[in-house]
Amino acid sequence: MRIDLIKRPEQSKVMAVASPLIAVALTLVTGLIIFAALGVPPLKGLWVYFIDPLTSSWSLQKLAIKASPLIMIAAGLAVSYRANVWNIGAEGQLTIGALFGSAIPILFNSWQSPLTIIAMLILGVIGGMLWGLIPALLKVKTGANEILTSLMLVYVAQLLLDWLVRGPWRDPNGHNFPMSVAFDGWQRLPTFGTTDVHYGVVLAVVAALALGVLMSKTLKGFEVRVLGTAPRAGAFAGFSPNRMVIFAFLVSGGLAGLAGICEIAGPGEILQPSISPGYGFTAIIVAFLGRLNPVGVIVAGLALGVSYLGGEEAHTVLGISDKAARVFQGLLLFYILACDTLILYRPQVSWRRPRVDAEVAQ
Amino acid sequence: MSPFVEVILTIITASTPLLIAAVGELVAERSGVLNLGVEGMMVMGAVAGFGGAFLTGSPVVGVLCAIVAGMLMAAIFAFLTLKLVSNQVATGLALTLLGLGLSGLIGEHFVGQPGIKLARLDIPGLSNLPIVGPIVFGEDPLVYLSIALTIAVSYVLFQSRAGLIIRAVGDSHASAHALGVSVVQVRTLSVIFGGACSGLAGGYLSLAYTPQWIENMTAGRGWIALALVVFASWRPGRVIVGAYLFGSVSVLGFVVQAVGVTGLLEIVGQWPGEIQWIVVDAIRVVTTPQFLSSLPYLVTVLALVVISKSTRSRGSQAPACLGQPFVPDR
Repeated sequence: MRIDLIKRPEQSKVMAVASPLIAVALTLVTGLIIFAALGVPPLKGLWVYFIDPLTSSWSLQKLAIKASPLIMIAAGLAVSYRANVWNIGAEGQLTIGALFGSAIPILFNSWQSPLTIIAMLILGVIGGMLWGLIPALLKVKTGANEILTSLMLVYVAQLLLDWLVRGPWRDPNGHNFPMSVAFDGWQRLPTFGTTDVHYGVVLAVVAALALGVLMSKTLKGFEVRVLGTAPRAGAFAGFSPNRMVIFAFLVSGGLAGLAGICEIAGPGEILQPSISPGYGFTAIIVAFLGRLNPVGVIVAGLALGVSYLGGEEAHTVLGISDKAARVFQGLLLFYILACDTLILYRPQVSWRRPRVDAEVAQ
Repeated sequence: MSPFVEVILTIITASTPLLIAAVGELVAERSGVLNLGVEGMMVMGAVAGFGGAFLTGSPVVGVLCAIVAGMLMAAIFAFLTLKLVSNQVATGLALTLLGLGLSGLIGEHFVGQPGIKLARLDIPGLSNLPIVGPIVFGEDPLVYLSIALTIAVSYVLFQSRAGLIIRAVGDSHASAHALGVSVVQVRTLSVIFGGACSGLAGGYLSLAYTPQWIENMTAGRGWIALALVVFASWRPGRVIVGAYLFGSVSVLGFVVQAVGVTGLLEIVGQWPGEIQWIVVDAIRVVTTPQFLSSLPYLVTVLALVVISKSTRSRGSQAPACLGQPFVPDR
């Protein structure tokens, strides 16, 4: 038996929708195998992992909080990847965004007004944009590969944060723990009623929808898609690839920065050496699961948010390592990429060896 | 052992994993495949290497496990990008994310366990010579292997028929296909070779560099190896230079500790007024552990900038088909 890939005359619309669903299904099946290998009843494992987080209003609130940074970052990354600009340093831009935004409560601790949180959010966006601008400018000015430079800057950003919270920004009354002063009042994002759900969740959805409109309804969105798929055609249309690199990094970096400060001003409360469980990297998976479509990213962000919550749940209930969540996330991206082949190609199963002349004829 | 010799030995152990991983990736890229999953293959090599040695007690088994782990990861990548023609950049990222997650899960019970260190060479008489002894005759076997590997790759790529085929596939897959070369097969083998090297490099980290398992212990070295290939303009000889340069930068922290910050400050203390305070402040910032740790990453960015700027005027040295998908149906 052999399987050949036959190129479809045009992209399959059915598969474009079905591919992420197939990928999720395959991840769940692999999950069964992994649970069995870890000595956990597989179905119970799946239930705890993927269904339990959806069953109580309390866990749904947590889901919204977990998913919002993923949605925010991935919406920006989706635009960037559509333009064929590979920003994989969102984790670093998130860190610098958090750092910039936190400068206000740490350096001007007594300032309490509704403007405080607004200024923090704006600074967060600016921080993320500036950090994203470094690889963008290096790419435009020197041609340095943005994948490698943006990733290297993640480590630099994390070390910078580490230095600040252990050194100049450490809380003087904090018993020498590496953390800043705690934020309160207008230094934190307001929440809905008595819940823990903060307004960052709204910002995430608004950002994703706005980018969705930008991509499908505006000339800029058209420019992104043309330069991403057919750079030469884009150049003939007068679109500048260099300006696109800068645009893509400003959008994705700015949103990653916003996600960073929302994490600190929302659930985080203080700046400490580790502020994100790898949201910037998981968002890459979210972007692909959402078909590089900012609106699709909202659904995908919720799906990956479930995997984070399920990971915590499975850790406490079943004693499964919390590391398993990252394995599921990595597997999911593999399955998405493999299933995406079905959009462009039709698998053909042939049971006999093909005749040699048939191959020549192709 | 004198501090000088110790510094040199540390530089060599820090450079070797970069060299091995970069040489492997160089072969894959020469065949036209950009595998961004080096970090993931390396970290799997590290956990498999540690695990193999820990469970059997033999570092040799560890090394073999590391190589096999890297090859398996590379095989997944090859299947997706070459057979299913998936996007190479995205698939490489997926490989890295999966490797980091899976190694964390597999290695959970290895954390804090005592590691098994790969023995260093000990030739009676030679290894005890002053200075030259430990440096030239007292390394672990993989250091010698890494140099031999680089020479072998250089020879095969540029002096043999196999190398000609690999380069042809990387520079013009359509022509190579027309000449009857199986592009997918050549690329698959090259990618798997790259995986074996990345796995070995990871194993070196957990068996020789720091003989223990720490989650994410590769700490971006896979990415630095990728940058090294660009830095070396896809030439094995230059990879050695680059690897040792980056290795040296990454042990600067160690050197500063050996010299002692206070010693430095005392020397500067003799200098006149204004300059003294500026230099003292500069030393204080530059010698913070965080700044020293960030140096390899900053130097990588700098190296990429310098090399990209200089190759921009001369035209890129990259294989012409690097990262481009190939479907043998035309």
